[in-house]
Amino acid sequence: MSPMARTAPVPAATDPAIIRNFCIIAHIDHGKSTLADRMLQFTGVVQARDMKAQYLDRMDIERERGITIKSQAVRMPWEVDNTAYALNMIDTPGHVDFTYEVSRSLAACEGAVLLVDAAQGIEAQTLANLYLAMENDLTIIPVLNKIDLPAAQPEKYAEELANLIGGDPEEVLKVSGKTGVGVEALLDRIVRDIPNPVGDANAPARAMIFDSVYDTYRGVVTYVRVVDGQLTPRERIQMMSTKASHELLEIGVSSPEPVPSKGLGVGEVGYLITGVKDVRQSKVGDTVTNLARPATESLGGYQDPKPMVFSGLYPLDGTDYPNLREALDKLKLNDAALVYEPETSAALGFGFRVGFLGLLHLEIVRERLEREFNLDLISTAPNVVYEVTLEDKSVATVTNPSEFPSGKINEVREPMVAATILAPNEFVGAIMELCQGRRGQMRGMDYLSEDRVEMRYWIPLAEIVFDFFDQLKSKTRGYASLDWKADGEQVADLVKVDILLQGEQVDAFSAITHRDKAYAYGVMMTSKLRELIPRQQFEVPIQAAIGSRIIARENIRAIRKDVLAKCYGGDITRKRKLLEKQKEGKKRMKMVGRVEVPQEAFIAALTTDESKDKAKK
Amino acid sequence: MPGALPLGDPAPADGLLPPQVLDGVGSRHFGLYVHIPFCAVRCGYCDFNTYTAKELGGGASQDAYAETAVAEVDFAARALEASGLPPRRISTVFFGGGTPTLLPAEDLARILGAAVGHWGLEPGAEVTTEANPDSVTPESLQLLAEAGFTRVSFGMQSAVPHVLKVLDRTHSPERVPQAVQWAREAGLDVSLDLIYGTPGESMDDWRTSLETALSYGPDHISAYALIVEDGTKLAAQMRRGEVPGIDDDDHAAKYELADELITAAGLAWYEVSNWSRTPEHACRHNLAYWRGDDWWGIGPGSHSHVGGVRWWNVKHPVAYANRLAAGESPAAGRETLDAGTREMERIMLEARLGSGLEVDALDAVGRHAVAGLIADGLVEPAAAFKGRLVLTLKGRLLADAVVRRLLPE
Ligand SMILES: Nc1nc2c(ncn2[C@@H]2O[C@H](COP(=O)(O)OP(=O)(O)O)[C@@H](O)[C@H]2O)c(=O)[nH]1
Ligand SMILES: C[S@@+](CC[C@H](N)C(=O)[O-])C[C@H]1O[C@@H](n2cnc3c(N)ncnc32)[C@H](O)[C@@H]1O
Ligand code: SF4
Ligand SMILES: [Mg+2]
Repeated sequence: MSPMARTAPVPAATDPAIIRNFCIIAHIDHGKSTLADRMLQFTGVVQARDMKAQYLDRMDIERERGITIKSQAVRMPWEVDNTAYALNMIDTPGHVDFTYEVSRSLAACEGAVLLVDAAQGIEAQTLANLYLAMENDLTIIPVLNKIDLPAAQPEKYAEELANLIGGDPEEVLKVSGKTGVGVEALLDRIVRDIPNPVGDANAPARAMIFDSVYDTYRGVVTYVRVVDGQLTPRERIQMMSTKASHELLEIGVSSPEPVPSKGLGVGEVGYLITGVKDVRQSKVGDTVTNLARPATESLGGYQDPKPMVFSGLYPLDGTDYPNLREALDKLKLNDAALVYEPETSAALGFGFRVGFLGLLHLEIVRERLEREFNLDLISTAPNVVYEVTLEDKSVATVTNPSEFPSGKINEVREPMVAATILAPNEFVGAIMELCQGRRGQMRGMDYLSEDRVEMRYWIPLAEIVFDFFDQLKSKTRGYASLDWKADGEQVADLVKVDILLQGEQVDAFSAITHRDKAYAYGVMMTSKLRELIPRQQFEVPIQAAIGSRIIARENIRAIRKDVLAKCYGGDITRKRKLLEKQKEGKKRMKMVGRVEVPQEAFIAALTTDESKDKAKK
Repeated sequence: MPGALPLGDPAPADGLLPPQVLDGVGSRHFGLYVHIPFCAVRCGYCDFNTYTAKELGGGASQDAYAETAVAEVDFAARALEASGLPPRRISTVFFGGGTPTLLPAEDLARILGAAVGHWGLEPGAEVTTEANPDSVTPESLQLLAEAGFTRVSFGMQSAVPHVLKVLDRTHSPERVPQAVQWAREAGLDVSLDLIYGTPGESMDDWRTSLETALSYGPDHISAYALIVEDGTKLAAQMRRGEVPGIDDDDHAAKYELADELITAAGLAWYEVSNWSRTPEHACRHNLAYWRGDDWWGIGPGSHSHVGGVRWWNVKHPVAYANRLAAGESPAAGRETLDAGTREMERIMLEARLGSGLEVDALDAVGRHAVAGLIADGLVEPAAAFKGRLVLTLKGRLLADAVVRRLLPE
């Protein structure tokens, strides 16, 4: 067993031969944060008494949801055979919405710890990240975690892991992040198995940005992995994608608190601060070089994050609109993937159409807006981006159903995804049924082990952004896992369904659906609204329509009685208070034509049943 | 459990009123309400301030109550005078409850006598008592008439035994015509209270109740929609699913039937829930509430209004009696209405009256709403053209919505 290093290698003067850069690939809840905690403790960078659980998960929401959104890099010393090594652990986000960030983190490493819960086995997302790691040619160290659990089946899953990456089940390490068992052996293995970084110390500097975080006090903190050359404090650096240059105000390593250094050399991982205020000025995937002696070729791999899912966000209280704008502007500083533009809805007033990487991203942004900025929001049903070609061959990109062209349409293209589902084989039938119902095409199916299958589907993104995952979970008693990535587009028979109240179209309820599902949507929405909208002084027809063709209809009968017909004697005050309350209630109504629609009805109509359950928790 | 009192400002112990109550006092009638907070049993739907115990202790017990009430009458006379209000004769008196006739007629007479002693009655004054059909006798009614009562309002509620049972009413239906007969013999005008929409009441049941009530030839009918008040036994039964819930459409249909049958019998509506044989038989005391006149409410939980100041007494009879015994005002709180609130109340109250609301009294928002109300069939067009808003039958059923449309945002 190796001791804690007596002297840690000094940044900027570290021989690449004693550097190990690695990340941990794990499914949510398989114990990545806990394992990282143990490593911090065993290497002595965090004293036991300062240790709080999931030390690296900085954001509150992250800590509460137990998911890692922002990756971080920590430098830890570790001694093997009397040599002190510098281990850089790069914590990657675990969720599909952040695949691009994951791939950049992986590109900064030479090796990856594949961490799998010994009671659960490998999950679809882990598989996807494992492919990414293999694509980057990383050395994989398979590890089974939580072996302290009585339900752990280390032998079974060691076999499964060995089958996947090729190797001997005996090679699979068994650890417990909770008790610390096997963690030191793992640190030793990292040193032994993972190759050290190589690069040209004399070449012009090239460093890859794998994360970029906004900090209120220091501005943007950029995390980089140096490939060639050197970065030193005070020099001017250049971003190769934009050619923008900045002064390096500070450079250093995380240990895990930031510690300034004399610079960073080949193979080193650390942070830099230039005083910029917006993460867009320091983009993940970009290459940093010296301004005075710039590299000619970037490290490549940079791509702009592409929003996949759009939703309208509206303040419940219209006067909060400027606050919502300010809040989005602030969030944007820390979230390069967040895009938005103002939009107006006849029904909901002023708001923003916001683009997200996926549903989790949407939920996190919404939650942060509500929590950190104290806003009450309505969000419209999420939708994807459609390319609509008109008969005159002009093409419109539609991110909001109410903008769907009403003229003659030639074709509509929708984004597709390649989805991978892992589940026990008893659920194959249920999963096939679900995917077929969602217009998915099966692309293949493999047995991972005797009783676990991997199913691959090509499926419209629009079909999975709405409650697909919840359906999948409930149809497989929670056993299935899902991963997806964007994979082209297809032409489909898509139509816009409008909802009309007393003949007035309610833009917030318009939806783009496949023609075969338009009727179901229309019936669902009209009957939902019939329940939600209180009776008015006149009859209110609720219709669902494709163009001018009505496909579903409900009726809200006129209210016949709205009078307090009781003897209140001289207690006029009570009667007046009642009236004042009714008037208050009226203020919370939005007018659609002459129809008074309570805010709650909008929220309820736009909320799926699952998200309601979540709100209750 | 009686409903809660409003929250207001503290009321002064001496009961003195601010000088503003003097404004326009000459044009306002003065009335008296006397609350008798006792009942033999509490009806399952009732949240009025009433108690079934005979012995609440001290001045709150049934035996001592008349004396306690007289103490407030005396207090009122002193406070009004000390506030600089000129002496005014009483135009209306209303004994309500609870069940006033649970007290001996002599007690009611004594309270009335004290008030008349202080202020005197206007000629032709209206003096009403509420009564339960089974708490009166020919003698007691005779006594009341001799003491100066002119009118009795019986809580008939329904003529159908299974409906009376759900309402927890103890009287047998045959008792009502008898009581009406005795009241007539004593020379009293008669009003009947009915409740519609009781769980389990069919349309035919309601028709029976209406026809039965009308067959007794009342001078006045009040028909109220059953309100399920929080905290009542009925509300609990409904929550537990023991009785069916309330259906507004059923209420509407029953109101329409009431209006049809009562009107056919020769009575006319003058307020959403009230019909009278002639305009003179309308309950002037209730009209005074709706028209913003002055009245003093005697008794625990009673509400008073004088010139834009409203106040209400402490609720429990014991607390009430203690206050008076200490020579203090029994008021629990009060509010002084600003001009806007008085306007709002005026619209809220006058819109419900058969005489209607003056269009000129509305602000721009209200006047702007009138055309829409005509278009929606909620107010009578002919009256509106003459400058008054009078609700149509449909409008009466939607009176609260009409009021909301007339009020400033
Ligand atoms: N029994 C046991 N529980 C563990 C172990 N490692 C993590 N956990 C628990 O598993 C849950 C998820 O752990 P976490 O580190 O947040 O997982 P992450 O989502 O991969 O970062 C937490 O409740 C941990 O306490 C372990 O080795 N043994
Ligand atoms: C002040 S109450 C009491 C009068 C008398 N104690 C009685 O019950 O006959 C006057 C009338 O209000 C009506 N009432 C009482 N509670 C009601 C309720 N919850 N809903 C509708 N009307 C009610 C009844 O018609 C009752 O006759
Ligand atoms: S008799 Fe009248 S006041 Fe008494 S409990 Fe019944 S409804 Fe209420
Ligand atoms: Mg974590």
